[in-house]
This record gives sequence, structure tokens and C-alpha cells, in this order.
Amino acid sequence: MELMTPPLIVKQPKPIEKETADCHKPHIEVENLNLYIQNNHILKNINMAIPDKSITCIIGPSGCGKTTLLRTFNRLHDDSVDVKITGKLFVDCEDIYAKDTEVTHIRKKMGLLAQRPCSLPMSIIDNVVYGPRIHGVRGKRKLYEIARHQLHAVGLWDEVKDRLKSPASKLSIGQQQRLCLARGLAVEPEIILGDEATSALDPISSKTIEELFLSLKDKYTIVLVTHTLRQAKRIADYVAFMYLGELIEFGTADQVFNHPKHKLTKEYISGGFS
Amino acid sequence: MKRLEEKIFKILMIGSTMLILSVLLYILFVIMKKGLPSLSWEMISQIPSGGFYLGKEGGILNAIMGSLYLIFFSVLISLMISVPVVMYLNFTLRRKSRLAAFARLTFDVLFGIPSIVYGAFGFTVMIFFGLQTSLLGGIIAISLLIIPVMIRSIDEVAILIPSELIEATKSLGATNYETIKVITRQLLPGISTAVLLSVGRGIGDAATVLFTAGYTDSIPTSLTQPAASLPLAIFFQLSSPVEEVQNRAYAAALILTIIILTLSFAARYFSRRLSKNKI
Amino acid sequence: MLKGRLLKDKIARHYMLFATVVSIFVLFLIGGGLLYKSLPIMEEKSLWTLLTTSNWRPFKGDFGFASYILSTLFVTGIAIVIALPLSLLTSIYIIEYASPRILRAFSSVVDLLSGIPPVIYGVWGTLTIVPFISEKLAPHFVEFSTGYSVLAGGIVLAIMIIPLIISILMEVFGAVPKEMREASMSLGATKWQTVKKVVVRKSIPGIVAATVLAISRAFGETIAVLMVCGNFTDLPKSIFDACYPIPALIANNYGEMMSVPQYESALMFAAFLLFFIIVVFNVISRLVLIQIDKRYQL
Repeated sequence: MELMTPPLIVKQPKPIEKETADCHKPHIEVENLNLYIQNNHILKNINMAIPDKSITCIIGPSGCGKTTLLRTFNRLHDDSVDVKITGKLFVDCEDIYAKDTEVTHIRKKMGLLAQRPCSLPMSIIDNVVYGPRIHGVRGKRKLYEIARHQLHAVGLWDEVKDRLKSPASKLSIGQQQRLCLARGLAVEPEIILGDEATSALDPISSKTIEELFLSLKDKYTIVLVTHTLRQAKRIADYVAFMYLGELIEFGTADQVFNHPKHKLTKEYISGGFS
Repeated sequence: MKRLEEKIFKILMIGSTMLILSVLLYILFVIMKKGLPSLSWEMISQIPSGGFYLGKEGGILNAIMGSLYLIFFSVLISLMISVPVVMYLNFTLRRKSRLAAFARLTFDVLFGIPSIVYGAFGFTVMIFFGLQTSLLGGIIAISLLIIPVMIRSIDEVAILIPSELIEATKSLGATNYETIKVITRQLLPGISTAVLLSVGRGIGDAATVLFTAGYTDSIPTSLTQPAASLPLAIFFQLSSPVEEVQNRAYAAALILTIIILTLSFAARYFSRRLSKNKI
Repeated sequence: MLKGRLLKDKIARHYMLFATVVSIFVLFLIGGGLLYKSLPIMEEKSLWTLLTTSNWRPFKGDFGFASYILSTLFVTGIAIVIALPLSLLTSIYIIEYASPRILRAFSSVVDLLSGIPPVIYGVWGTLTIVPFISEKLAPHFVEFSTGYSVLAGGIVLAIMIIPLIISILMEVFGAVPKEMREASMSLGATKWQTVKKVVVRKSIPGIVAATVLAISRAFGETIAVLMVCGNFTDLPKSIFDACYPIPALIANNYGEMMSVPQYESALMFAAFLLFFIIVVFNVISRLVLIQIDKRYQL
């Protein structure tokens, strides 16, 4: 699995185990997805298709199930006893909730950027190359190049190049969030998931992250949960509006923001409720 | 009226604090006063000659080495059990798992079981396998005693690991085992504290080794030979009619106390220092 | 590559499961093993006879545990009666009233001393408490006491478990949120009222848990008690008489027990008794704690 070719040219990585060669489905496709926590019906019959190489923002009032939906994409609910999921979720045409689907390679396809940055308890450079390392990349130089490249990509290189060996926890929150992004990119994902990834950051850091998303979207499929409408307006290509566990409307940013079909959507984007 | 009650209780509280503090310090004082005069190089570098109960010559090297052997191997065995157990309960089983709840209850109960019961049980196990009192028997009994101590103490820290850290690692495509390796780093301060705690508990306990490790004048050279230990050195030699032998008991008591205090200091130092590098 | 990683993961999973199951199983193994070993004596004598008679003549086949059981209960009872109020008062003072500097100093002392092994307390007890009782205290009450007595056992145990109780209680009281105290004070309650009605009330589950742990520890303590309580098989008539708790019985007689067949069984029965009482006590107190927790959450 010699994936790590020279830096600075990020290839569109190939999925490791492509189920069908002629896959024409959208990158992520959700079919009749239902999710229950204990007996509460949290996600109600979600159907959506997230297109390749674009930014999709999931918006909606808090408690509507945005984050829960995002976490179904890389099966982070696996560890909770009381969560039941029915329906199908295809990533590259592979049903990730099928019985025999192996979870680590699904997760490898997706980088997750959590609400608060969570650096692993190791040095800056080790954080970035953690993913490649566990996926089998060896060699000091190679790993260093990966780190350099990814830190460049998130604009962190110049800030940290002199202290790559110091603990990641010493960085500021904004820097840590970018480090987490670099760490996610280093496993060469196809998809980036962001769970209110800028909400804990100061305005300048969140602007940096937003710009990063915009620059990354021609290579990656990006799905963001966001609480701020303005952010969605600034960066989204597609918008999904959720309300009380249901997907109310899904469309291009232009269509959802300027010509919403549904009354609830209209109210929400005009600030009628939050 | 209100004020009076508060005043009375305040006096009682200050009184009991002073009492407790002075008694505890008095214990240290007595142990030092009795032990210091008998503590010499000869005491810690020689084994007793002429029998530990009556022989006037020699020291307690047999007990020191015996205790070190016993505790070293017990801690090693306990670590090999405790760390995987804690990892399994916290990071492999799903949250709110019934098995985890049951396991924690079991370890709490095991923690409360008196050391003499572990000793008696270890003894029956030894008889079952046809073993004599031996270093191995002592190691088994002490391991049984400290495994619950260790599990509970590591578990206490493991529970605090934020689930974000686990998710961050897993969403990079790490397997459960690889995630656990990352978490282990984070847990190192907790594990070292647990080890120090268990060493303290294991090295000072007399009732577990009484039946299982036995007592001897010499230093064991194999797992099947009996091994002396510091607590038993104190216990047996204190009841001797010979003054020199009693002095060996006092010296052993002082050494044991010093070991325990050093461990406590180290544990405090560790948990303070290492927690700085935590996230 | 992925296969190798998944295999490692699988092996690790199995090993962890194995370790967990084995360590849980230890509890049942101990219970089962000791019970099995004590079957011979239980077949010969009824449980009732074993527990309620106090004749102990191993070589004639008399095995009555009553005096040992009573001794254990007396010693544990005295220890708790002394230790609990002192620990409560002290930890309340340290957490609520004392300055942060005293708090820090005191908690270091308690931390350091809670690790001191029982045998050290035993040595200290024989050197100080025993002569004190025999020379100063007992003459006021009884004609003669060697000092090796129920009271000596109780005091030594009490001092041994005090650091243990205090270190738990300090944590428990410290965990009561500051806002709760402030809320009470801002309603016009005095410091003491706040302590009594808010801090202590809120901490009841913790206090119960600390007491349970202390009782378990005192109940099964061997060496420290063995060294100061005289080890004399008879029903103690006063707290200045010698007594003989179960753990001491086991510890003292393991050497000769192999020579008489029932003797071994009787001692293993004693060990099983300790085991059984501790397990039942812990499980019950756990259930009680869950109930208390539920009530306090509302």
C-alpha cells in the first residue's frame, strides 16, 4: 500500500476497497435512515445525496439532530449501547451499515473535525503522522514530508516548524484545530466532516479554517454541521435544513437561501426562530 | 443558640484534628525512636545468623530481598491483568455495558476482601497444586490482593479520558487496539500512581504472605523456595524474648515505614508532575 | 496490512476479555474454594452449632465460633465508634474552616499515613496502647488487665482506619459545589447551618461509602489486631479482657492445622465466614447507596 507519493501533489486518493467498479452514485447517499436513542426517535427517515467535491452545510436549530446525523457517516455511534440505526448509508456505493462492513477503512475515508480540537497526547509531528503510521507508512523522511506537506496545507507550517517535537497541547485552540485538520488530511481521506468546527474558535482562527475549507473543496467532499447561518451562506454549495430530526429541505445554497420551498426553511433563514 | 452550637462544634472539630494529627505523628516518632538505634549497615546487609528467632547476630537482608522479590513479580503480574481489564471496561465495551457495571461491582467487593482471606485461599490453591510455602505462593497471593487495588485505581483515571480523544483516534481509522495504545500514554501517570499504591499495599501486608511465602533465614534463589518478608520479620521477631532480635523487628519496621513514605511521596510527585503534560 | 492490524486488534480484544473474565472469576473461585474446603466441618456440625457455641477444642473435635465472632464484632464496633466521629469532625473542619495552607499540609499528612501498613500500627499498639491500658486506664475499672484487650484492638484499628476514612471524606466534602454553599449562605444561613444542612446532607452517600470501606477493612484486619488483643479463647467480659477475632484465629493456627483433619476445615470455614460477610455487606451497602443516590438526584 505505497500511497505516500511525493508531497505537494495531492492525488485524489483511491478508495481502498471499491465494491463496484462502475459506481455512479453520489459520494454519500443516505437512504431511509432512522436513528433511535433508547426509545426516542432522533433521526426520522432521512434521505439525501451528498455530491462529490463540494461543501454541504447541514443547518437547523440546536437539537434538530445535525450532529447525530454527521456522526452516523463514520459510525461513531458504534460504541453506544442504546443507539439503534436502521436504513442504509452508502459511501462510494458501499453500504457502511451492512453487516460485514469493516469500520476502520470507512473511517479512514473521512477526516473528522470536532467542535473542540482534540489533539492526541503526543508531539505536534506525531499527531499529524499518527494516521499514516497506523495505516502502514514507514520511514522517517517520508513521515516528515507528509507532516510538512499537511501542515503547509493548513497554513500551520511556519508557526510550528521549529517546535515539531513539543506537545500538541501547547498550541493555541485555533492552531490545534488546524492541526486536527492536518491530522485528518494526512490519512488521505475523501471526505471531511466538520462538527461545528469553528464554534470554539476566535473569529480570526475560524476565518482561517473557513478559507481552508474553500481551498480544499476541489479535492474533497466536505460536510459541515454549522450553527451559524452566515457561515453556511459564505461557504456552502449545498445546504441541508433539518428540523426536529427530519430533513426538511436539501438543495443548492442559492436555491435554499434565496428560493426556499418549505415554509419552515423560510422562517429559519429569515431568523424567525433558532 | 445558633452561635453556641457552632462554637461547641468548632472546638470539637479543632480538638479532633489536633488529636488525630498528634497520634499519627506520634506513631512515626515511636517507630523512629525504636528503629533508628538499631538501624546499621550490618542490619541491612546481612542475613540473620543462628536463626531469625533466637540468633543474636546478623540483619534483615533476607526480609528486604524477600519483600522486593515478592512485590516485583506480583506487580508485574498484576499489571498484565489490570491494564487490559481497565482498557476493556472503558474503551472496548460499549458505554453503559452491563458487563462493565458487574465487573466494577466485583472489583469493589474484591477490594474489600480481607488479606487473610487471600492468604487462606492462596494456601488452599498451593495445597491443590502440591506446592510448599514458597516465593511463588507468596507472589500469587499478593497478586490476588493487589489486582483489585490496581484496577480500581487505574479505572478511576480511565473514566476521565474524554470521549473526544477516542473519537478523534478512531475517526483516523485506528482500530480499537491502536486507540488503546494512544490512550495508554495518556494514562501513564494514572498507571504509575496505581503501581506505587499497589506496591505500598502489597509490601506491607503480612496476612497474605503468612501462609503462602512462609519465612526463612536465607534469600530465595528460586521460585519454589520460601521467602522472608518485612512485615513478617517485624511480626515474628517482635515476639522473640531476645532483645537483639526484637531490635531487628524495630529496624524492619522503620525500613518498611521509610519505604511506604517514599512511595507516597513519589506518588504525589508523579501525579502532580505528569499531569502537567496531560491535555 | 489492514488484515494484520485487524488480527492484532482481535488478539488484543480476546486477551482483554480473557483478563476481565478471569479477574471477575477470582471472586467466585475464592468463595467456591473456601466453601468446598469447609464442607467437611459443615457436614459434621450444623451451622447453628458452629456459629452459636463457644467451645473450641480442636483436638477433641469441638469447634464453636461464637467467641471469635463476638470478638470480631466488638473490636470492629469499638473501632468504628471511635474513628467515625473523629474523622467526620476533622474532615469537616479541614475542608470547611481551615485555611488552604492547613488543608494542603493536612491532606499530605493523611495521604502519606494512609499507606502505613497494619503491622506498623501493631508495633505501635504494643509499645504504647497496651501498656497505657494495663497501667493507667484499666486499674480504674477492673482489678487486672494485661493491656492486650478488646479495647486495645479497637483503638489500634480505629487509628488505622482514620486516615482511610478522612481521605475519602475530604474528597466527598470537597466535591460539594461551591455554588451550593453560596446559595445557602445567601439565604442567610450561618456557616455551621450550611455545613450541617447542605454539605453533610449532600455528602451522605459518600459518608456511607467511606464507612462501609472502613468497616470492611477493620472487620478483616489481621496482623494489627492479632498483635494487641491477647488471643485468648473465651467470651470477653469487659473491654479490658483479651479477645480473639476470626482473622487472628486463622493466622495463629495455620501451622498446626494440617495435623488434625477437621481443624483445617474449621479454619477454612472461618475464612469463608469472613469472605461471605464482607461480600454480602458490600453488595447490600452498594444497593443501599444506589437507593440513596436515586433519592438525592431528585
